[in-house]
Amino acid sequence: MRRGWFLPIVATLGFAFLYLPVISLVVFSFNENKLVTVWTGFSTKWYSELFRDPQILGAAWLSLQIAFCVATIALVLGTLCAVALVRFKKFRGRTVFAGTVSAPLVMPDVITGVSMLLLFVAMESLIGWPSGRGVLTIIIAHATFCTAYVAVVVQSRLSDFDLSLEEAAMDLGATPARVFFDITLPIIAPALVSGWLLAFTLSLDDLVIASFVSGPGSSTLPMVIFSKIRLGVSPDVNALATIIIGVVALGVVLATVAQMRGRRQNAKRA
Amino acid sequence: MSTIGSQLPPPRRLLPWKGLERRLRDVGISGRTLVIAAPAIWLTVFFLIPLGVVFAISLATKQFGRPPYSPLLTTEGGTVQLTLHLSNYVKLITDPLYVAAYLSSIRIALISTVITLIIGFPMAYAIARAPEKWRNVLLMLVILPFWTSFLLRVYALTGFMRGNGVINQFLGLFGIEPLVMMQTDFAVYVGIVYSYLPFMILPLYTTLVKLDTSLLEASADLGSRPWQTFLSITLPLSIPGIVAGSMLVFIPAIGEFVIPSLLGGPETLMIGRVLWDEFFSATNWPRAAAVAVAMLVVVVIPIVLLQKAQDAVVEKGK
Repeated sequence: MRRGWFLPIVATLGFAFLYLPVISLVVFSFNENKLVTVWTGFSTKWYSELFRDPQILGAAWLSLQIAFCVATIALVLGTLCAVALVRFKKFRGRTVFAGTVSAPLVMPDVITGVSMLLLFVAMESLIGWPSGRGVLTIIIAHATFCTAYVAVVVQSRLSDFDLSLEEAAMDLGATPARVFFDITLPIIAPALVSGWLLAFTLSLDDLVIASFVSGPGSSTLPMVIFSKIRLGVSPDVNALATIIIGVVALGVVLATVAQMRGRRQNAKRA
Repeated sequence: MSTIGSQLPPPRRLLPWKGLERRLRDVGISGRTLVIAAPAIWLTVFFLIPLGVVFAISLATKQFGRPPYSPLLTTEGGTVQLTLHLSNYVKLITDPLYVAAYLSSIRIALISTVITLIIGFPMAYAIARAPEKWRNVLLMLVILPFWTSFLLRVYALTGFMRGNGVINQFLGLFGIEPLVMMQTDFAVYVGIVYSYLPFMILPLYTTLVKLDTSLLEASADLGSRPWQTFLSITLPLSIPGIVAGSMLVFIPAIGEFVIPSLLGGPETLMIGRVLWDEFFSATNWPRAAAVAVAMLVVVVIPIVLLQKAQDAVVEKGK
């Protein structure tokens, strides 16, 4: 096919659209002026201000703890979902199960949030648990939608997997559980890592669901950021955003490079 | 000559869960059942039942107290009484505010989806046709925003579009008057396209990269112009990707709350925002539940379409 000029130009403009706002946010986080978009000089004072703000630091620490628990629960549940869907071709209620696993992926946040909260309130008045809302209810709500994401990631890895390895282990007398822990788990490990990280970042980022199911004293980082930026631009949020974006970008770039190396080595071996 | 047995590694000690596994099997629970049951129970309790609870509470009315809605079941003198109110749904249909909010949500989501498709399709096509060593890097550039905070990216847009923002300062260099972009429907469109573009590009890329290029060559050899080849081959073959991508943008856009409240103006009506206000400002939980049920009805058809399209995308890959 003839290589035209149209596609490269569209792609460049598209990527510019995706990246320029974020780049400008990073640049202006080093601006000394309080008017975020008027450049007056280089300064890192917003970063030191950020690290002196107990509200933001507290919320960040809380969000990290929640995200850690959420990612771990979602990893276990999501992997079980993926194994059930890929390995067990027939069981009663499979269609309903498959639909329920993937539905949280597309459910609008406000619906998930409101339904979770109403469930917790109804449960509390019926059985007295969970008493009140807070960290626990946020973890449960996040783990539920993150499970769906982990399931998708692990499912795709499980379905292009050489079944003969598992069969060989079975033939040698290993129990299904042992086959899973000794053969399957090491092979799908990369997918587990990315599933865990995905759940972690999704939990860290969620504003809407957390707002519904959190209680007094359990404001997560997105909730604090949202109330700050609703009042207008604040330069310390720019600094915070730069740190978060920097960490994530570094992680994704490193992961991609590692993956490409691995693939190239595999290709060489083959 | 050594026996085969000596070459095998020594048998490992029984794993700790071995005993547990056997004990469970004795009471008739296989590992397989457990694998399915654990997530199934979790998802039933924390996903399916809540949807039922929302529906139930949408049939209550607001009242003062804790919880702030009327009980559905009451016992009076030994008889159990079930009280259901349809007033919330009547209100949704008769109050012009709700009708307008639903219509404007659908309109905004639809227009943004079309714009996202128009921008996303050529980008996905460009990545699929790029030299192979570039493809992974370009794909990473598409996925990277997906990993970075959604809230912070919307916030980045506000800095870009505000009155003294980057765009207006740039235009100012050429003596152009500042444009009013923030707090308009335009800003909401930009916000949705910006936030959901990766969701459009990825499924499109998946279908386009598998496109058999010999079909394109054959079409060109037979004398088709590039646009004819595009319309008669590329476009029809990428329909599953188009449907999947469009639904991945349309469904969350319908219920969007963050984008209209940070970028839209006071007159930008979207149903997610109405639900939020009903819940947090008016503390009318039953009304909010009814709004949620009605929103669910709107997104059910797109969700089914998405499921079908995703199956088709996966099928093609095999």
